[in-house]
Amino acid sequence: MRGIVKRFPGVLANDHVTFDVEAGEIHALLGENGAGKSTLMKILYGLHRPDEGQIVLDGREVTFHSPAASLAAGIGMIHQHFMLVQTLTVTENVALGMNTNGVTLDLRGVRKRLLEISEIYGLKINPDAYIWQLSVGEQQRVEIIKALYRGGALIILDEPTAVLTPQEVEELSDTLKQMREQGHALIFISHKLHEVRDLSDRITVMRDGRVIDTIPNDDTVDRRKLARMMVGRDVVFQPTKPPLSAGEVRLSVRSLSADNDQGLLCLRDVSLDVRAGEIVGIAGVSGNGQRELAEVITGLRHATSGDVALGGKSILHAPVAARLEAGLAFIPEERHRHGIIGAFSVAENAILQTHGREPFSRGPFFNFGAIARYSNDLIRRFNIKTPSAKTPAKNLSGGNIQKLILARELSRSPSVLIAAQPTRGVDISATEYIHSVLIQQRSEGVAIVLISEDLDEILALSDRIAVIYEGQIVGILNREEADIETLGLMMAGDTTAVS
Amino acid sequence: MMTRRLFGQRARLSAADLVVWIVPLVAVLLALAVGALLLLALGANPIEAYSVMLDGAFGDQAALFRTLTRATPLLLIAIGICIAFRGGVINIGAEGQLFVGAVSATAFSLAAGPTIPAPWIAILTLLVGFLGGAAWGAIPGILKARFDVNEILTTVMMNQIAIQLLLFLLSGPMIDPEQIRQGTRISQSAQLPESSWLPRLAPPSQLHLGLFIGLAAAIVIYVLLWRTTLGYRIRAVGLSKDAARYAGISVPRYLTLALILSGGLAGLAGSVEVTGVTHRMVEGFAVGYGFSGIVVALFGRLHPLGAIPSAFLFGALLVGAEKMQRTIQVPSATVIALQGLVVIFVVSSELLVRRWTARRQARALPSAPVLPGVPASASHQEVSA
Repeated sequence: MRGIVKRFPGVLANDHVTFDVEAGEIHALLGENGAGKSTLMKILYGLHRPDEGQIVLDGREVTFHSPAASLAAGIGMIHQHFMLVQTLTVTENVALGMNTNGVTLDLRGVRKRLLEISEIYGLKINPDAYIWQLSVGEQQRVEIIKALYRGGALIILDEPTAVLTPQEVEELSDTLKQMREQGHALIFISHKLHEVRDLSDRITVMRDGRVIDTIPNDDTVDRRKLARMMVGRDVVFQPTKPPLSAGEVRLSVRSLSADNDQGLLCLRDVSLDVRAGEIVGIAGVSGNGQRELAEVITGLRHATSGDVALGGKSILHAPVAARLEAGLAFIPEERHRHGIIGAFSVAENAILQTHGREPFSRGPFFNFGAIARYSNDLIRRFNIKTPSAKTPAKNLSGGNIQKLILARELSRSPSVLIAAQPTRGVDISATEYIHSVLIQQRSEGVAIVLISEDLDEILALSDRIAVIYEGQIVGILNREEADIETLGLMMAGDTTAVS
Repeated sequence: MMTRRLFGQRARLSAADLVVWIVPLVAVLLALAVGALLLLALGANPIEAYSVMLDGAFGDQAALFRTLTRATPLLLIAIGICIAFRGGVINIGAEGQLFVGAVSATAFSLAAGPTIPAPWIAILTLLVGFLGGAAWGAIPGILKARFDVNEILTTVMMNQIAIQLLLFLLSGPMIDPEQIRQGTRISQSAQLPESSWLPRLAPPSQLHLGLFIGLAAAIVIYVLLWRTTLGYRIRAVGLSKDAARYAGISVPRYLTLALILSGGLAGLAGSVEVTGVTHRMVEGFAVGYGFSGIVVALFGRLHPLGAIPSAFLFGALLVGAEKMQRTIQVPSATVIALQGLVVIFVVSSELLVRRWTARRQARALPSAPVLPGVPASASHQEVSA
């Protein structure tokens, strides 16, 4: 790609960008949200047309008018938000749009080839499982298999690790290396520095629509250097945390069991206390019950036995609204699905739980003045980047949607905060900000449950760390006792690691 | 006014809606063009046919009043449909809700007419009509909320039940005693007492107070949906059940409520038609209004205020087509075909508009996920049973 320029109204998204990738190479494209990486890749993938510049593929200049054209030229893209049909099986999803003879669908053939691919690249998957039954990591595997199935010589991965656990990242990196061996050219979009550092052969850093530099990934490259190139200033990785001063138990989970969506036991006898002013991290591989734990606590899922108490009072049978009233706040894992209503404006989303209260409404009628003041105040205080409070929330970037949710939840002055994957898919600056806000809440005496698959995050923030495996708490460690290796072993279900 | 627009994205008819309004109008014209071919095939002169139609709908004051009279029930039904769609339920049952509303209003008026004094009996009759339709809407609402039964199926089935119920009542329990005495046995009820009739606005035309009831309902429902917490919750449930649950909004409750209100407005349409126009229930009363009402709502972009011009247009189409049928002797089926064409063209144009707005959004906001526009959110919900 040479001298690519792409303008959007008011934005120069790509300013004379030159970028290349070779066969058998993993090339990382690094940059903050809005740096122009996505736009560049959308141009390559045929979703956008460049205003200037040219794309050269295997020595020939090409123009892609649609993703179908780039697909035909051997370019595949794995999006951050998966393009899978939830109600179809893995095989059916891979077969989508691949009608072999134009009339019938050779599902058995697809299934066989799928299994071959999964064998070659080490991508474990049950071809007959429905997508909705799969964890995020497994769904991503399906996406990769889909791209490989279509013979993608050049595969773009848009923040592939944003949704994965350490083990899954490990597996993914093996897969990517395997793909590199097979001669695929891989573009790896990310803002997770150490993964870029571990995985790629070359790194291109973008900022504000321009390429800052393309560098080989050698010994001179480290996290700090990359972060500086990316953000343009030095970045704080380890937020400073005042010493722990935990108060009374705010949230108490006792012998809790629950079923998952498929009706299988997913939480077994979970007990956990969280005190005012402490952050308890829940570490675990995706799909080991942490999502369900958060849902049972917040009232979105029924428990089959056990109890949950908030401030000493059982809330097990309380409806969601009563739990919110009792001081529970929840930053949900799937922020687009649970956390906001995309078509609602930022203002409408800011009062999602509190719209029925003064001053936002009096009787049945809204007080738009109060809502405007409140939402503009949130936008300012939490530095939410949005054209206005009237903008539909779906138009905000992932990081800003997360800030909006955070702003809304924290301004309700919660006594207990459940934060599920609070920085997943969020860029460095926003992550830095969200971490500082969580620590500030801790200082203000909020009891915080931090559910995260990012061990760096768990280690950076938690006072205690509970490891969950197959629905059970394997062990709870104090921060001092925990390191990546021990946690990793525990996350794999190794109880002997618990000292 | 700035703050008023906070929820504005869909509450207001913005500048972009200009295209959104022109496209459906063009669609209507195209439908009429295809209809012209149909008329040609039948040996009629399409230009003559359409000028008769136009004349029949707007030609003189009487024609205009006929159009407005016809638009009134369509408007009320369409407003109800808007509520249901905004609440994430697809109500195909307006037809049945209208029948039940009209029948309950008739029964009430006949029974209570002699005992309740003048303005109150009319008001109560309308209220009973609303409640009848609401009850008919509540059944699929509760089935959906409680057992997740697909509301498209149940509302359609409830239509069938209502039609048979109507036939039974009009030929049995509610038949006009006069019909039995004379031995003619025509399926119709007795005439309502005059005290429950809606005032006529411009006799001898049939135009009645119901028109203003419709216009007032449009404003009330607009305010309800965008200015009250109740409407906020209905829309929240309609847009994202997951997020609504997360926010502590009771999804079953507001889902059912949306269908109850929707059915109530269809029932009100039925009682307005009885008390305003026919003054009795007859077999074949208001047949097809419930379905036209859905089209009116879609054409009005699922906005209660948008339903006003939309209902007027469809009222004109219906009245004009009847005149055409009478004057140039085309079979009545032609009129139904014409309406069908309009529906197909308008609904397809809706798709074009949606794609157009999505592209515009995509261009304006590089990183934003491209999601379809407003009515998409209503049709977004799972139609899986």
